[in-house]
Amino acid sequence: MFSALQDRVGQILLPGDEFCSDTDDTISLSEPVKSEKLVCGPGLRRSGARLLVCKSGVLRHKPPNVFWIDCQQRRYVPARGETVIGIVTAKSGDVFKVDVGGSEQASLSYLAFEGATKRNRPNVQVGDLLFAQFIVANKDMEPELACIDSSGRASGMGVFGGGGLLFRVSLGLVRRLLAPNSDVRSDLEQLFPCELVVGLNGRVWVKAASIQQTLIVANLLQSSDAMTATQRRQLFAKVQQGAL
Amino acid sequence: MEACSISNLKLREFGCEQSLLSRPDGSASFIQGDTSVCAGVYGPAEVKVSKEIYDRATLEVLIQPKVGLAGVRERSQEQCVRETCEASLLLSLHPRSSLTLVLQVIHDDGSLLSCFLNAACMALMDAGLPMSCLFCGVTCAISADGQIVTDPTAAQEKESRALMTFAIDSTERNILMSSTKGSFSVHELQQCIVVSQKASEKMFQFYRDSVKRRYSKYL
Repeated sequence: MFSALQDRVGQILLPGDEFCSDTDDTISLSEPVKSEKLVCGPGLRRSGARLLVCKSGVLRHKPPNVFWIDCQQRRYVPARGETVIGIVTAKSGDVFKVDVGGSEQASLSYLAFEGATKRNRPNVQVGDLLFAQFIVANKDMEPELACIDSSGRASGMGVFGGGGLLFRVSLGLVRRLLAPNSDVRSDLEQLFPCELVVGLNGRVWVKAASIQQTLIVANLLQSSDAMTATQRRQLFAKVQQGAL
Repeated sequence: MEACSISNLKLREFGCEQSLLSRPDGSASFIQGDTSVCAGVYGPAEVKVSKEIYDRATLEVLIQPKVGLAGVRERSQEQCVRETCEASLLLSLHPRSSLTLVLQVIHDDGSLLSCFLNAACMALMDAGLPMSCLFCGVTCAISADGQIVTDPTAAQEKESRALMTFAIDSTERNILMSSTKGSFSVHELQQCIVVSQKASEKMFQFYRDSVKRRYSKYL
């Protein structure tokens, strides 16, 4: 199954495609039998000995044994450990309700902020933007956010905003922006300095020196969603030359 | 089975475009000859408490006719499409959420139900919803002299003695849904099923090619 999967890396798979584990392989008596371990990421599902594809997209592989389907979807489904941009929609007692773009609103305890105690409540208002991390996210429970990491530090999370612009892009573009050595990000860095907050739920917040520059960055990012790398470079070069 | 009826299998020109709308989570338009349907999918989104199902997602299908309000015919088509989608989607992966599929008729020139099914499948795929298999719709008409016509136009539908639409899954080519009108023998039904299964292979190859084209930028 491992080699069959590896052959298809970078190819398009559709729901219903399947991989069978090669059980009839010859067993060698001299070497110890290596059990093949596979980690299925999003879009892949196990059913007995078979591996089923349940989303359409490009098969990706991360050595040694992680496989997943890279899919251009737009609706966010919460996953544990992912950092997202949320909008506070309600304050009720000791939890905030936060809209993250999923099927349900996430809850955020007022104690899950750096330095927050029962006396010292964080200053969070309805409508504020939050950068937070999922600590509980599964299909059966209400998702729960936190603005601190496991050591109690904020590490960049918490309330932000003021003067910037929030907009939505596809989840694929967000992942490409956040990938290490991302080419979209390095192209953008050459334009003008800007602050960028990228949530895995497809929300991006931008703040540059002026409102005009903020809007340019936002428009560039939104349009680079459906472009090839060369098209994007051409567009960015045009903007750099001042063709605004 | 007659080989001749299978070999002269004819489908009209068909085409598809994915993610053409900006607001829905997934969208597609599907064209078969002059029949054209646009589909949009929203979800998994928040669900009304009255429609909430505790162990799976609620799927709602809405069919909008070209003019006027949806009537009984649209309701029955909605049910056919919904049951097909429920069979192929893995709804238990998104419990207590809602999926809404809106199908807008752009133009009806026969084989409308199969066009609905094809547009629905492309839109669901575009939205990235987990599916166990793909499905496609094929319409067969039996003309007065017993000839089987696949993917009939509105005129051919009118002249036909019987009209059948099948939804076929991509893994085992099983029939997920059938909708029939008119009188026909068991033998004719079997023949139509074989013809549709044959036609479905063309459709699934087309699905693969069009998704490949869509993702060609990201390879």
